[in-house]
Amino acid sequence: MTKLKDVARYVKSKNAGPFWGTIEIYCYTNEDYEEIKSSKNISAKKVAELYDVEESMVKSFYVDNINVIKFSFPRRIPQGHKYENDMHFGQQYIILAETEL
Amino acid sequence: MKSCKVLMPSGSLGAGINQESFDRGMAMKPDVIAADAGSTDSGPASLALGECKYSREMLEHDLGICVRAAMKAGIPFLVGSCGTSGTDSTLNKCAEIVEEVFKKEGFKGRIAKVYSQQDPEVLKKKWDEGKIHPLEGAPEITKEVFDECTNIVALMGAEPFIEALNNSANIVLCGRSTDTAIMAAVPLMKGCDVAAAWHAAKTAECGSQCTDGAGGDGVMIEVTEECFYVTPIQEGIHCTPYTVSAHLLYENSDPFRLTEPSGSILAKDAVYTQVDDYTVKVTGTKFEHAKQYTMKLEGASIAGYQNISLVGIADKKVMADPDTWMKNLSEYVVNYLNKMGISPDEYTFDFKAYGYNAVINGPRAEDTPPPREIGLLLTVTSDTQENATKIAKFFNPYLLHFPADFKDQLPSFAFPFSPVDIPKGPTYEFRLNHVVDVDDPLELVRFEYVDM
Repeated sequence: MTKLKDVARYVKSKNAGPFWGTIEIYCYTNEDYEEIKSSKNISAKKVAELYDVEESMVKSFYVDNINVIKFSFPRRIPQGHKYENDMHFGQQYIILAETEL
Repeated sequence: MKSCKVLMPSGSLGAGINQESFDRGMAMKPDVIAADAGSTDSGPASLALGECKYSREMLEHDLGICVRAAMKAGIPFLVGSCGTSGTDSTLNKCAEIVEEVFKKEGFKGRIAKVYSQQDPEVLKKKWDEGKIHPLEGAPEITKEVFDECTNIVALMGAEPFIEALNNSANIVLCGRSTDTAIMAAVPLMKGCDVAAAWHAAKTAECGSQCTDGAGGDGVMIEVTEECFYVTPIQEGIHCTPYTVSAHLLYENSDPFRLTEPSGSILAKDAVYTQVDDYTVKVTGTKFEHAKQYTMKLEGASIAGYQNISLVGIADKKVMADPDTWMKNLSEYVVNYLNKMGISPDEYTFDFKAYGYNAVINGPRAEDTPPPREIGLLLTVTSDTQENATKIAKFFNPYLLHFPADFKDQLPSFAFPFSPVDIPKGPTYEFRLNHVVDVDDPLELVRFEYVDM
């Protein structure tokens, strides 16, 4: 069973302002990019489920010229919330990276 | 052909400028040095407190290098978002340091201080006029929020920088501004292409992030009437079409449309071309002027007071099922507090089991083995420090002894500190993700000039 992390060049996450998080999937080749893009599990729906947000709030971007897929969505809790677990949202990519294609 | 070279000395002013790379940048003969000194990236504390996240010594180092170089070369030096949050207090701190450098070096010139911290009364009036609007994902607010925030800043565009330069400033120290406005200002002032100026600024705003090196040094951008060029200042690293176009994705929610106070950068059709081993040329960006000029608002306030306690656990029975153990401990202490007359309305608390599930909330793979040990962080929040610490003390005996199995002898877990409970002080929160309509880009901005 292939996971996203096995195919992607790297997966990164970061806060995009205090109220949003964003995740990018960088691919080695256009072929890999198309494979990930066509996976039902690497989708706005799955991202919504994994990160506990409304699917309608997840924005997907497919940057064809550099083979990058990007998802942006409001954070479950705003950055710096009293029980913040990842101030810069920099480790949250792991959840998606470990998802099966 | 009009053109303008902007030296961006480091990704974050105060984090450390590498003198060698900086000197290479100055040798490329920039028209201006432009530095970004702030962000909300580190969380709400800097804004809520009006304090810089860097020490004075760190600011002295970086500001000193830039001020001396700019004054000796006879070019302006612009700083945006002075002192992390760009509040009046952090801007004044930066200005104090710059004035000291002027005195020490005997420089003669004009320092502009450009403030964008907001008076709650002004914002309440804007609110009544329907001129404050939520951005996507913004928290619900009422008019009271403007008084509840300890500090509110509005993000300036390029116009206040230009205004200060038109008033003969050598050094322009601005409160909170957009990262891009700092670097776009002089190219725009000189009449370079508007879209290229903004896209160049966005490319340079995190320094060498748009290169194939991660050294944290700066970059040089050159904006002309039809395109821009970007090149690293650090030896041995490169800009490539891949690194430059990929940077547009960084830290923003939409990589094709980037909103500024005066309009939006439309980067979808941009073309990236390698010019030499180090430099990339970018053409084809568009800029859509906004019908209404808006400034983004940032506000933060105190969200309670906290106490933290840390305990290490390697007990095999706890490690076999940390979730159940934490749940049982929580219920036990909440009941105990109830019996002691402390209602759950008076506090909240949170466990983070480092080594287990503190960082990642999502589901764990079923075959994940139990950890050898965890560092369990208890955070208690209440309306005062006294209450938070008092409630945390009720947890202490159980953080030390709470067994996974009550038929066993009492275990003793591993405290690293005495006392166990650590008063952490206030916790802060961001309260605004809104924009305010302004009639003029300078309407909510105040200028002060210091002639040295």
